[in-house]
Amino acid sequence: MRNLIVFLARHYFFLLFLVLQIISLTLVVNHNYFQRAAAVSASNALIGSMYETRNEVTQYFDLKDQNIQLSEMNAILLGRLETAYLDYDTTSTLITDSVKLGIEVKRLRYSYIAAQVLDNTVTLRNNYIILNRGTLQGVKPDMGVITPGGIVGIVREVSDNFCVVMSLLHKDCKISASVKRDGTFGQLAWNYLDYREGEMVDLPTHSKIAIGDTLVTSGFGDAFPAGIPVGTVMQFERKGGDKTYTVRVRFTTDFRKLHHVYIVRDLMRPELDQLKEKAGVNDAH
Amino acid sequence: MLTEIVRHSFRFVGLVLVQGLILKNMEAGYLINPFLYVLFIIQLPFELPKWLGLAVAFFLGFCVDVFYGTMGMHMAACTLMGWARPSILRFMAPRDGYEFGQQPTIQDMGKLWFLSYSAILIIIHHLFIFYLELFSFSEVGWTLLRVLFSSAATLLLVVVTQFLFYRTRESA
Repeated sequence: MRNLIVFLARHYFFLLFLVLQIISLTLVVNHNYFQRAAAVSASNALIGSMYETRNEVTQYFDLKDQNIQLSEMNAILLGRLETAYLDYDTTSTLITDSVKLGIEVKRLRYSYIAAQVLDNTVTLRNNYIILNRGTLQGVKPDMGVITPGGIVGIVREVSDNFCVVMSLLHKDCKISASVKRDGTFGQLAWNYLDYREGEMVDLPTHSKIAIGDTLVTSGFGDAFPAGIPVGTVMQFERKGGDKTYTVRVRFTTDFRKLHHVYIVRDLMRPELDQLKEKAGVNDAH
Repeated sequence: MLTEIVRHSFRFVGLVLVQGLILKNMEAGYLINPFLYVLFIIQLPFELPKWLGLAVAFFLGFCVDVFYGTMGMHMAACTLMGWARPSILRFMAPRDGYEFGQQPTIQDMGKLWFLSYSAILIIIHHLFIFYLELFSFSEVGWTLLRVLFSSAATLLLVVVTQFLFYRTRESA
């Protein structure tokens, strides 16, 4: 017993170091692989409101950018309105019969929550984005975040009024993307050096991919609807003896200029989750 | 003594805020992520008990982690730094030991001493944090570059801050 005390007294500094180090590393591991501690969520609210205050000041600096982005998006949306389509078939007229045949029944699947970016980084290895929407506005973990021009990331953690989004510029963010031309798909991730570029792997070699092609979301994951632009092909090659292509991709999202983003709410998510649980399918996300 | 504590507390809060609100979002270029907040650990007084230095470093890491949303990473790196600091101080001590009232600043200890002291601590911190962030050995080369560039940037900021905030002591 005395020896133990002597030992502890002599090495207390190293032991204290060991204890603190173990606490830290446990936190790191938990943070990466399990649900995070409630204390962290609470601190999100504090940090979130601090970033909101900062945003009050800094958002005026890039007001011009924001306006351009918003009007570009308006242009895209106007183009999708019914009135934008011209019926140039002049030889026939459209007759509306009293009995409508072949009515397309479409059910709304996605709705979008508009959010503002409070904090965003692009130079770290793992980047996170903080948005000013939370549980009270209907945000839940694993929802996708997009801009009209591309995808941004996936919601990781939510407090009452804020959420933390894992940016596409993150080690663990892998998105299923497909070549718009023929629908072949692969897995897209950040190349970790340049915030403008990513890498798509596992694209089968029978794909008719070409430089300049558009890549879109495949819709296989739960987070994003299919067909949202992700990036364009800069270069592709078969590495070594691979049976697949590795594609260098230029993101369509400009991560340095994120202001207004949209959180994707999948209205059929509960149904899907229930079905998956029944079938015993484990989600990769 | 009390003014010392107040001064160090202000430095603590100031450095955490500067790191979390400004430096975090700064884009200095690829692979450059300066962590100026480690200046707080570098500036801890010589006569501070070892265990207290370690505890304060741990808490500093926690505060920065909250801003970065990376729970544990900065804590681990700062703890390592706080643990290494006393040994490095002992190793680098002048022949007659540190004089009473001396601070680990460029003005008190000279350029060469201060640069090597802070460079060692910064590199320990950055090496640990960037490889911990990676959590794998897939990008060893790039991460090493990141460590080197970021350490250089941090050291530069540390020296600049020293010249901004500390007046040269009048030689008696």
